[in-house]
Amino acid sequence: MRVKRKSVDIAEGDMTPMIDMTFQLIAFFMVLINFAQTEANDNVVLPNSRLVKPPEKPLEFPIILHVGVDGRIFLGGDDYTPETLKVGLDRELAVIRAEGKSTDDANVIIRAHKDTAAGNVQEIIRVAQDSKLTNFALRVKEDRS
Amino acid sequence: MKIRNRGESEKNELNMTSMIDIVFLLLVFFVMTFKIVELEGDFSIKMPLAGQSAAQVDVTELPLKLRMRADSQGNLAGMELNDIAMGSDDVAFDKLRNQVSGLLGASTPAEMEAGEGPEIEIDTDYNLRYEYVIDAITAVSGYKDGEQVVKLIEKIKFAKPRS
Repeated sequence: MRVKRKSVDIAEGDMTPMIDMTFQLIAFFMVLINFAQTEANDNVVLPNSRLVKPPEKPLEFPIILHVGVDGRIFLGGDDYTPETLKVGLDRELAVIRAEGKSTDDANVIIRAHKDTAAGNVQEIIRVAQDSKLTNFALRVKEDRS
Repeated sequence: MKIRNRGESEKNELNMTSMIDIVFLLLVFFVMTFKIVELEGDFSIKMPLAGQSAAQVDVTELPLKLRMRADSQGNLAGMELNDIAMGSDDVAFDKLRNQVSGLLGASTPAEMEAGEGPEIEIDTDYNLRYEYVIDAITAVSGYKDGEQVVKLIEKIKFAKPRS
């Protein structure tokens, strides 16, 4: 006697729409991903201004200083106070000099928290001036409201 | 005679499981690393070293000095542009902007283009919140006329910190 082969019912849903959607999502996130976010620091909430525009080309030889609300200064992974900042700046300047450029080519970008004391920013500028730096940029968030 | 059911043709379907695994991994990666990009811009501040600035001072230029006072909480308590009081309320920055554009009425746009415009020095109390300083810089450096940005003062510098 022949034994009938039992066909196993595999409950297969149609995967096509799900895969379509998933690929769409991946494409969306891939387009929007921005790896150049290393500049940001979690301790800093920038103030707003309606006038600023994102620069067309990034500043040359930037030294990015993040200033927390308590006045701590973050530069390349280390934190400093206005008294010790000179050490960090000199280290950055050594790199810039090694590339054959002078302190006039360097740009100090100050990303200060909106509630920090204005005096902290002035202190930083004073310390940077002691290291012969003259170009400063105060970074702010664009307010498009 | 029984006819065998020949309809059961062999289905050769691709195995989707591994692809879906990878696709979901990618999706999770992108979702986790996703961060909304906030557009940022700069106000440039030129602070020449003490020795250089003495030679560049132009006597014909009207010196502008903005004094900002803070209360003990760091909020704005008062603002004066060359001894003209601006107050500290919401309209203080608008008043400041109008005052600055009034004072600049004489200089021609060509002068402004050449970077020969006037210079303003901001002298602020130590504990004033930085946000107010940025508001003041915004007010003196220009205003938006529709989508067009009208520039007022481009040379901004800070006074020595008050202790």
